[in-house]
Amino acid sequence: MTRALGWLTVLGLAAGLAAGFGYAPREAVQGNVQRIMYLHVPAVLTAYLAFLLVLLGSIAYLATRRAGWDRLAGAAGEIGVLFTGLTIVSGSIWGKPTWGTWWTWDARLTSTAVLFMVYVGYLLLRSLIEDPEARARYAAVVGILGAVNIPIVHFSVKWWRALHQPSTILGPERSPIDPAIGLALFVNWVAFTLLFAYFLARRMEIARLEEQT
Amino acid sequence: MILARELRKTYGSNRVIDGVSFELGAGQCLALLGPNGAGKTTLLRILATLLRPTAGALTIGGADALREPERARALIGMVAHGSYVYEDLTARENLRFWETLRGGDTAAGRLTAALAQVELDGVADERVRTFSAGMKRRLGLARVLLGQARLLLLDEPFTGLDRRGRKWVGEFLLGFRAAGGAAVIATHSFGAGLGVADRVAILGSGRLLMDRPAADLAPEELQRLYESLTDGADA
Amino acid sequence: MSACAKEPGRRAVSSYAKRAWIILWKDFLIERRAKEHANALLFFCLLLLFLFQFALGPDRERLAAAVPGLLWLGVILAGLLGLGRSFLGERENDCWEGLRLTPGDKSAIYLGKLAGNCVLMAAVQIILVVLFGVFFGVDLWAPAAPLALVLGLGTIGLAAVGTLFAAMTTQLRARELLFPVLLLPVQVPVLLATVSATQALLLGQPLADVAHWLKLLAGADLVYVTIGVLTFEFVLEG
Repeated sequence: MTRALGWLTVLGLAAGLAAGFGYAPREAVQGNVQRIMYLHVPAVLTAYLAFLLVLLGSIAYLATRRAGWDRLAGAAGEIGVLFTGLTIVSGSIWGKPTWGTWWTWDARLTSTAVLFMVYVGYLLLRSLIEDPEARARYAAVVGILGAVNIPIVHFSVKWWRALHQPSTILGPERSPIDPAIGLALFVNWVAFTLLFAYFLARRMEIARLEEQT
Repeated sequence: MILARELRKTYGSNRVIDGVSFELGAGQCLALLGPNGAGKTTLLRILATLLRPTAGALTIGGADALREPERARALIGMVAHGSYVYEDLTARENLRFWETLRGGDTAAGRLTAALAQVELDGVADERVRTFSAGMKRRLGLARVLLGQARLLLLDEPFTGLDRRGRKWVGEFLLGFRAAGGAAVIATHSFGAGLGVADRVAILGSGRLLMDRPAADLAPEELQRLYESLTDGADA
Repeated sequence: MSACAKEPGRRAVSSYAKRAWIILWKDFLIERRAKEHANALLFFCLLLLFLFQFALGPDRERLAAAVPGLLWLGVILAGLLGLGRSFLGERENDCWEGLRLTPGDKSAIYLGKLAGNCVLMAAVQIILVVLFGVFFGVDLWAPAAPLALVLGLGTIGLAAVGTLFAAMTTQLRARELLFPVLLLPVQVPVLLATVSATQALLLGQPLADVAHWLKLLAGADLVYVTIGVLTFEFVLEG
């Protein structure tokens, strides 16, 4: 099953690359660097999916006490942090030629950075507790709090930015999207979701094997 | 009072408790003997619903202790090594605190009566920091008395007590049993254990190697049995 | 007849309230006798004042502009010290175990501890506000009431998560590191909200202008306390 998923992922990624670099047109204002959006946007969407799974796994673990749910939460957390890091780095690479700086405290980047910190903390907690039962319990509580906090972070950062800057030019999402770009985005998003599912399946399998020894 | 069946507790590959089964009725007292590391404290904590067993069944006072630990906790009084006392509170304040948490009646008269039963009414308003180990243990017993526990779980109640203290605990336990309560005492003091228990069990390598009425055994015999069983188990 | 039917419900509520209260009572008594927190935190606030002054330099205007941020920064720093130790008293004599063994809803213990921590943090804030007013020459008296509201809501948010995480990290070896690492990212919204609102108030803006921040804080507080109440028993179990 996982193998099939793996092959599907490779196919998806290939299609995504083709769509992003071949099929989609060169963006008028920003040039080729805009293509990094095909990495950046799917990455952040997948990260949110990951943290949703952390929330579900955490709640399910506390309700049922079955280790499988904790493995889901832990694996999703790890991969989520990975994709969040990818989002931030790709956003930064996009920003340098576009805004002239590696980092800017705009709302989205800031929210993503906070998200990153919350879940790195989650992973740190998991790594520092040896007793698997305690680890699962504590991680579940932190996972739930972290996930529920996401909308609160989102609004607070957005309003905070509004104080300091009237509106930020964030790129093509604000203007009507060329259908070709939209399609390329969609293909890449599917590819990333497949990649996420593949990583998740493998990571959970490894966790299960580790627990058995 | 207690129905334990095939209790197991595993930490990783370490089987601390490996299939313990026994029954204990009201008015009975079980002395649990065993070398350090045999798992006495672990077993006691499982009985107290402080620890979840990896496998097995446990019924306390008719309630499934694993599914409904709260019902079991209402009946249990535990006095562990720490005695659960706040050093900066007085004896009376400690009792008031724990009894309120239990949802019980904290009328001054009840508190004083409980303290009197453990002969601490003279120092009721002294801070626990000034108490000896024995006095703190007695305060712990007052707490479980006040909470109307039906099952006492005592972890090394005789340690750190002088002869008079041990005698006192022994008499206390006899009185408790006479009133219909049950008790499990983990101890490595044979004489004291035999003195209060009507059953003796030896825990070794996570299993009950022996479970016999105390009346059948003399202290020297118990000692010999203990050594032979635990030597065998350690080897 | 209906009074009898209401009795068990009402008794359950008053028993819950009594249990939360007794935790507060116990912590207050111990604090008063041992005086661990109060003196040290007061002194810490004074030290913070000097720290901020030296870090920002002698320029009065720069300092005045930074006051909203420094105020809440001071609260957070004091909170990291004070909140992390919430359950340290329970480690003595296995009292933690004793708490676990009490029958009934454990969330009452959380609320009692939360109340105590809110009082502690409120005391810290009052001290900081007074010190800031005196040493940094900022007029904090004029907007006192709305400021108190903002700081109060922020305190509940900080204490709600801090109490929960303190219970969690008390049992762990790496607690001094983990507590701030876990607490701070979650506190970002509270930080942004209180600082923004405080800044607006100090600039003389009316309370209505910061209403959205107040709503955010109130909403966040509700969420944090609810999660604390629902998950405390899982944390206590350790």
